[in-house]
Amino acid sequence: MNFSVLILEISVAVLALLLLVIDLSMEDDQPRRNIGYLAACGLAAIFFFSFTRYGINATFWHGMFSLDDYAVFFKQAFLIGAILVILFSLDTVDRLPHSRAEFYTLLLFAVVGMMVLSSANDLITLYVGIELMTFSFFILVGYVLSDTRSTEAAIKYLVLASAASAVMLYGMSLIYGLSGQMGYAAIAKGLTASPALLVGGALLLSGFAFKIAAPPFHMWAPDVYEGAPVPVTAMLAMGSKAAGFAAMIRVFTNVFPATGYPWALLALLLSGASMLVGNIVAIPQTNIKRMLAYSSIAQAGYIMTGLVAGTAAGVKGMMFYLMIYVFANVGAFGVVAAVSKHRNGENITDLAGLARQAPMLAVAMTVSLLSMAGIPPLAGFMGKFFLFSAVIDAGYLGIAVLGFVLSMVSVYYYLNVVKSMYLAEPIDDRPFEAGLSLKFTVLFAMVATVAMGVYPGPLSHLAEVAAKTVFR
Amino acid sequence: MSLPILSMILFAPIVGVAVITCLPQTAGRMIKMVAGGAMWVCFFLASLMFVNYDWRVGGVQFIEQLAWLPDAGASYSLGVDGISAPLTLLMSVVGLSGIYSSWRIDKRIKEYFILFLLLVAGVAGAFVARDLLLFLLFYEVVVIPMYILIVVWGSTKRVTKEYAGMKLVIYLLIGSGFMLAGVFMLYVLANPAGQRTFDMTVLSQIGQSGVIPEKQQIVSFFLMMLGFATLASMWPFHYWSPDGHAGAPTAVSMVHAGLLKKLGAYGLLRVGLLMVPVGFKFWAPMMAAFGMMSVIYAAFICLTQSDMKYMVGFSSVSHMGYIVIGIATADVIGLNGAVANMFAHGIMTALFFSMIGHVYNTAHTRDIKDLGGLAHQMPKAAVGFMIAGMASLGLPGLLSFVAEFTIFTGTFATYPVVAVLAISGIILTALYVLRALADVLFGPRLTKWDALPDLKAPEMVPLVLLAAFLIGFGMFPSLLMNVINSGIEPLTPLLVKIKTAATLCGGL
Repeated sequence: MNFSVLILEISVAVLALLLLVIDLSMEDDQPRRNIGYLAACGLAAIFFFSFTRYGINATFWHGMFSLDDYAVFFKQAFLIGAILVILFSLDTVDRLPHSRAEFYTLLLFAVVGMMVLSSANDLITLYVGIELMTFSFFILVGYVLSDTRSTEAAIKYLVLASAASAVMLYGMSLIYGLSGQMGYAAIAKGLTASPALLVGGALLLSGFAFKIAAPPFHMWAPDVYEGAPVPVTAMLAMGSKAAGFAAMIRVFTNVFPATGYPWALLALLLSGASMLVGNIVAIPQTNIKRMLAYSSIAQAGYIMTGLVAGTAAGVKGMMFYLMIYVFANVGAFGVVAAVSKHRNGENITDLAGLARQAPMLAVAMTVSLLSMAGIPPLAGFMGKFFLFSAVIDAGYLGIAVLGFVLSMVSVYYYLNVVKSMYLAEPIDDRPFEAGLSLKFTVLFAMVATVAMGVYPGPLSHLAEVAAKTVFR
Repeated sequence: MSLPILSMILFAPIVGVAVITCLPQTAGRMIKMVAGGAMWVCFFLASLMFVNYDWRVGGVQFIEQLAWLPDAGASYSLGVDGISAPLTLLMSVVGLSGIYSSWRIDKRIKEYFILFLLLVAGVAGAFVARDLLLFLLFYEVVVIPMYILIVVWGSTKRVTKEYAGMKLVIYLLIGSGFMLAGVFMLYVLANPAGQRTFDMTVLSQIGQSGVIPEKQQIVSFFLMMLGFATLASMWPFHYWSPDGHAGAPTAVSMVHAGLLKKLGAYGLLRVGLLMVPVGFKFWAPMMAAFGMMSVIYAAFICLTQSDMKYMVGFSSVSHMGYIVIGIATADVIGLNGAVANMFAHGIMTALFFSMIGHVYNTAHTRDIKDLGGLAHQMPKAAVGFMIAGMASLGLPGLLSFVAEFTIFTGTFATYPVVAVLAISGIILTALYVLRALADVLFGPRLTKWDALPDLKAPEMVPLVLLAAFLIGFGMFPSLLMNVINSGIEPLTPLLVKIKTAATLCGGL
């Protein structure tokens, strides 16, 4: 057994446990900020080390766990997302009444779950990854016990995610029963077309759809996003979603083609529904986290078009988009975290006059939102170009037209935020306070969003190479 | 390696933005000087480029190429031909005039000039791009700065500026959503995966060779038309335009009517006609009919407007109708006229908006009924109004006459009915322009306007510059027409070839 295949997951898990031990050795009243820095630095070291994992393309334990370039690309997206979220959450965590260090530990365990998911090449690994990630999020979502909204969100998430897991497990059991196998490659070999397979596949797919919050499995997202602490919402929006996609793409490319059913059609429906519901329901929202929740549902719809195409170009587009979505998300939620801390409100009107009090944060917010809307020269435009040209190439012009038009509709609700920041008068005269690490994170995310839009070549090439390894 | 003149034209405003970003908010005068300086450099370089463009040789000149996104076949590739060279010059002239028409801006000066220069840079990039992805990038970039410029510095009259700005954004962006799908469809169909390219020259060759089946060309052009024609404010997609003009600050109206609408027409020509010619031909009769509707319908509305900005806003819809008709003829003479009118109308409408801006800034009204006898108080501005008005109604000796005459000559050959009806637009134009000029400028001196200042030194720049182009090219049209013709003439084989292509309802 070659444990070096698992080294990235092992190091993140060890780092998480290390944080726990250090926390125990500290006095209760000591600040826990250094633990956050340690977590970020440790993850950064692992992130840079992960570049050496490209080109290995090995599997572990009879193919249960696959470390291909595809998986490494996603692991890097989770790592960079977690680093940035930790950096902008330091101030938020400092204000928590208790268990501050455990916040970072749980976040890291969630990341381990995501990393496992991106490598899942077997139904068991898939389930373990999903549950590890989801259990960590149950606690993180309800982290602020004194806040009833947070607790309510946690209960909702617990009940609905458990139901989704049960549905998914049922689907897995049907597929296992039909093929007698757990590994993706073996399932694909042992499958024969049957109605039970259709049910099993659809149930499995609905489990994924829950994770990526695609309608009609999206109901949890707005409530949970609104109630959870801002950093957790950010991690849910990008990490949980990207991990769901990572696992889903592998099932779609390695298992489903053998079944002979047109799964792309189902993906097409999910994608169209996500775009429509996300973009249209986002318009009347007044709470910025709810607005971003619906916007993330719409983003899931755009990303799903890559699965509709089902080609290497489509998967490349999804990977590119998910990576740049991490930066757009960090930029937007970072500013929301700052505003929420300074003004104690998370409504769009609470951002009023931000352009005059904190011009850098206002520009970063604008850039992040417009990148999500796909306005050039920001990264989102390039992401949409890759996704939609792939899906047009596969012969689905209609969904590309829908995607382009709805992403332009989305500019309406994004610009309402911009209007509030640039046009409205500030609600008070207090100088705007935001932590240095938060400002740095948001600035970094903004620069990355612009850079990957203006010069997308390297990331696009990496995604292209990595996307090919999932087709085997 | 010669001087990268097109990159310098493109980056002059962007360098201006970088410098202004470093200046403090309070250094108002300095910010204006930097913005003006950047645009003077841009204008000087663009003139140099236009003068040095060798129309005897024709084709794409001043080519620059750098690798950008090899995976997708896109490169940072610039170049101008006989169609885009005059438009690049137009961009620099209107941009420069816009800066000097904004001289009275005193609210949040720094942000204003940053956004304005970004707007101009976006237009510049779209005109000089020789790579389709680069073109789309710049094409889409312009809307957001425009929105912020309208909602912060705009004016609320008949509708609020927030409403006007959002309406403009939604119309333009949704149009461009369809357009992007159409363009990417062309990109995907033109080459098999792995060999795809965004090079406009290559895509034009492929599009004209008939590799793309007729049916797909028709769908692709239809999607593109929804985007480009919305930006070109072709009836019935024009509805964003008058409110947008009225809400916007002066310089933004100038850029909006003078440059952005031309960008839409340029897209119809450059991407539509050259890359999906059969699809273009199919929809051409419809465009000609819609263009004619724009001319007449908007001209009738102009007759009833009392707000001067609404009047010129609708009049620009009407004039864009001529350009759309000219393009829809798919005929050498008609296309020559269309490009010439893009230039002529860009200059003329910018001059009109600049003068209205001056009146509005000083008198705080632009209602034709309130104003009167202004030639007594502001003789210089009155000259500007007269030149713009005369150009608008196509007075011989001014550039607009040459352009419109050429369009009608071309249209008679292809769509005689449309030509006759569209010419009636000239009579309506004369009516509303002369009525407005008479009511605003002439008549008895009104004492309530005695305190109004005339144009002062910096504000004279737009008047002198724009009038010089209108009169200069009007007197010596061959200076402009030779260059334009060098871009249109080589299309003759293509235009002959698509003459027999299928059209909607068998043509008009």
